[in-house]
Formats: sequence, structure tokens, C-alpha cells
Amino acid sequence: MSDHEYTPKSKVGKWFNDRLPLLTLANHLTDYPTPKNLNYWWTFGGILTFCLITQIITGIILGMHYVAHADLAFQSVEHIMRDVNYGWLIRYVHANGASMFFLAVYIHIFRSLYYGSYKSPREVIWIIGMLIYFLMMATAFMGYVLPWGQMSFWGATVITNLFSAIPLVGDSITTWLWGGYSVDNPTLTRFFSLHYLFPFLILGLVVLHIWALHVPGNNNPIGIDIKKPSKDTVPFHPYIVIKDLFALLIFLIIFAFFVFFSPNILGHADNYIEANPLVTPAHIVPEWYLLPFYAILRSVPDKLLGVIAMFAAIFVLVILPWLDTSKVRSTVFRPIYKQFYWFLVADVLILGYVGAMPAEGLYLLIARVATAYYFAHFLIILPFLGMKEKTTPLPLSITEPVLGGSADMAMARNNTDFKEKL
Amino acid sequence: MSESNKKKPNRRDFILTATTAAGAVGVGAAVWPLVDQMNPDASVKALASTEVDISSVQPGQSITVIWRGKPVFIKRRTQDEIDSARAVDLSELKHPEKDEDRAVNPEWLVMLGVCTHLGCVPLTDKGDYNAWFCPCHGSHYDTSGRIRKGPAPTNMEVPKYEFVNSNTIKIG
Repeated sequence: MSDHEYTPKSKVGKWFNDRLPLLTLANHLTDYPTPKNLNYWWTFGGILTFCLITQIITGIILGMHYVAHADLAFQSVEHIMRDVNYGWLIRYVHANGASMFFLAVYIHIFRSLYYGSYKSPREVIWIIGMLIYFLMMATAFMGYVLPWGQMSFWGATVITNLFSAIPLVGDSITTWLWGGYSVDNPTLTRFFSLHYLFPFLILGLVVLHIWALHVPGNNNPIGIDIKKPSKDTVPFHPYIVIKDLFALLIFLIIFAFFVFFSPNILGHADNYIEANPLVTPAHIVPEWYLLPFYAILRSVPDKLLGVIAMFAAIFVLVILPWLDTSKVRSTVFRPIYKQFYWFLVADVLILGYVGAMPAEGLYLLIARVATAYYFAHFLIILPFLGMKEKTTPLPLSITEPVLGGSADMAMARNNTDFKEKL
Repeated sequence: MSESNKKKPNRRDFILTATTAAGAVGVGAAVWPLVDQMNPDASVKALASTEVDISSVQPGQSITVIWRGKPVFIKRRTQDEIDSARAVDLSELKHPEKDEDRAVNPEWLVMLGVCTHLGCVPLTDKGDYNAWFCPCHGSHYDTSGRIRKGPAPTNMEVPKYEFVNSNTIKIG
């Protein structure tokens, strides 16, 4: 992986490294050449790692006090909140931590969309990232069921019923997921088991995600290939480490604001009512981070097609590297795509908003238009735009516009040359 | 591998295929218990029937009881409600079912109080048909529990039930 051979200085280090090259790995991670123009949007990988570790640690602690049983779960959560030392803090960090995790992952994903980080040669990083995102949603959903409040119960009922839309085997699958004829104790216990497991699967995928990243190296804001190591790079430590830590601190201020000043603002009051299988809350809403997909589900008037549309909305992201035909990575050099990029951001925000509103009247109409536009962006606009768009000239290197020759020289290489190089 | 090996399967090929097949069956047999343990267990299945006393239900009233963890609506319908359910032309229905088949004793409608869309419990005496309305995603049901408007694909399910005597219904 490293461009140069590494030998530990101490004898013990050399002895150990010859048997298990952990020090070589540490050296690779320290010296890892990173583009020097990375901006703060690139700090969210580190922030996400922090979020995952936080969720795992707080989750393991909550698991020591929580009781996964339909009769006891709700009480045990209140026990954590009232009786366990600092239980309120740990639970609020865990609950808001999920929201912070998704906030960071959405910024991370949209950063990738803006700078074309999903394009060749980084498709595998992107696909692993999407798998992580999917597992995150599954984990968050099952975690939300565990307190066994009204939203837990009915959220679980609605989401597991999605599978009943599958022709022929749908009902058997739903019964199998439930372990009964409705969401009940067997459902709760298996969700607890899987909610405990999935973060470790995510951790494994994060290792693969970073490994796959370290093969081609980081993309950068201008999206060009760079020589490594060169004038265009800096070593990961200390430059990027310090920058990531600073960004993490800012992120933690926001995190702490939610935990200490409005710990319930992202939740639903209904979830402080114990689950009741006879009464559905007047308005079932998933957590905010799932709202755009929920809006897509509800915008289709047919049950099966709605479920298909919802899963397709995620799947279309997986195949994105092949839908975007433009060879230019960074949106900085794509004047038309830049506009469509912001349309997509607005579209997803609109979907999120209507997902939280009742599915009727004007909201339903907006949801339908926004759903259609979402798919049009990926399936129509991206493939055609990549072929038609006239991109602006790319610089030769990161340093060249600053250090080398005239501006003309620096911007000399136009788009066609760049394509040939690829 | 030599040329002759490619052309004609020999004893080793046979053994490889047979071993792989036996291995696949063995792995399948070992995995099945791991999958099937998630299906409803004996204690869940044991709760499969419920008897309900309906003597106190007045015309127009509806009660909700739990059967297999799910709500069951038992509605004593008024003559108006029966008439409106029976007057419907079947061609108007998304899931055509005669009211006569859904409520054998026309006064009593017994059905799972579970919206066939995504499993919420519909509200009684609400919606466009003044019968059942699901607040989750806006499905409207008529006085026979048939889907009339909204995303639900089918009518609310009528479970297996019987009148033990004039005051008692056995569901399941």
C-alpha cells in the first residue's frame, strides 16, 4: 500500500512487524498522501467514524440496562432515564446520536455527489458506502422499535407490512419476520438481537470502505487525478488529522446542543406512550432521516408499486456511477450539472417535508411531482447531461493555478484532453 | 486436465458432483432450523382461538377484541348500514366481494381491524363512507369493510368465526 518500504526503528518493533505488519499499516495511515485542497466537506468521514463508535459504546451500555420484552421494555427505558446513573445522558446521546449520524452521512453523500467521488475509479467505495447507508437505516429502524412506545410499535407494523406487498409469499415473509401474527414480543426480541449485530457489520464495511479508499486515494474538490505523493499532497498526519479534529469539535457542539437543550425535538411525543396494539396514533411518521423515502412510498397509490418505488429510490443510488456518463468529476467544472445538483438537493428536502405531512391534497401532489423528479434526475438527466454538457477547462494539477506559469498555461488542458487521458 | 478428461466425465467428476450435491443438501438441512426458528412458535400458535360475549353490543355499536395479537372489529350494524352495504354494485369495487358473503348474519360484521395497506388500525365511523378510515395513509372502507378509496389493495379480512350461541362468537 505504501509507496516506500517501512522498517521500524526499534529491534522489538522490527521483530513484531516481521510477524504481523501492524506498524507498516500504522505508517501507511500516518503518511497516507492526501490532496492538499481538501475542504471541510471532506471531514465527515472522520465524523462518521466517531458517530459509529459513539453509537456502539452507548449502545453496549444501554444493553446492560434494557430489557427486551414486550411487557418490560417500555419500563426499562424509563428506568434507564430515571434510575440508572447518567442513564438519561447515555440514552439521549444514543438517540440523538442516530440523528447526528444520519445528518453527517447525508452531508457525506451529497459531498460525494457534488464532487463526483462515486466515479471511476471509486465505484466500489461508493457501493460499499451505500451498503453501509442501507444497514444504517435498518439498524436505526430496529433501534427505534426497542423502547416499545406507540411510534415504535406502529412504525414496526407499517415497515414490516411493506413486505406483505410481495406477491404470493408476502404474507408468509411478514409472519416470519414477526414470529407471530402481528408485531409482538418475538418481533421485539429479534429486533434487539439484530440491532446489536448490525453496527458491527457496519464497522466491518467501514474498514472495507476505507481500504477501498486507500487504493486510488482521495478525490478532491477539483476532481482531477493527482500524483501521489507530490506537491499536490500532504501527509494524513498531522495535516488532515488536525483538520478532522477541528471539524469534529464543531460537530460536537451541535450534537451537544441537541443532547442537552432539546433532546426530544427530533423524536415524537407519541413514543412516550406505551405500545398499544388496538390504537394507531393519528399520524404515523418515521424518524426525519427516513422521510424522503416514506414520501416516495406514499406518493404511489398502489401498495406493491409504492414499495418498489421506495426500494428503487435507494437502488438507483447504487448504480449511480454508471448512470452519470460525464467523465468530469467535480461539479466546479460542470456549469449545467451544478444547477441540477441543487435542484436535487431541493427535491430531497421537499420530499422530506411532504413525508412528514399527511398524504392528501396538495401534499400528495407535491410528493408525486418530487418523486417523479427524483427518478428523472438519476435516470434521464444524468445520463444525457454527461453526453451533452460542455464542461469548463480542468487545471493540470492542484498547485498549478497557484504556482505554475500563466493562467492560460494552467488552464490549458481542456475537457477533451482530459477525456483522452482517461 | 488432459483432453480426454474434458470430453468424458470420469469417476472423479462423478464423486465431485455427488459430494457437492450431498454437501448442499446437508448445508440446507442445517440452515433450515436457523431460518424456521423465526416462524410463529408453539406458544403463539396455541392462542389461535378466542370466544367473545356480544350480548351487550347495541345496534350501531362496535367492539374491538384481540385475536392473535391483532384487533378484531365486531360491529352490530344498523339496518341503514346493511342496506347501504348490500346496495353497492360489485363493479364499483376494487376488491369485489358481496356483503352477503362477508357478513353471513347481516347484523354482525366480524373482521380483522387491520388495514390491508400497511397494518394500521382503521378508525370506526369515519371517512367518506362513514364506516372505517385508516389514518395512516388514507384508506376509506365502507360499511362492509370493503376498500373503496385509498392505497389499500384488498377488503379488510374476515377471519374464520362461528356463533357458538346467540350471545357468543368464537373467532379462529
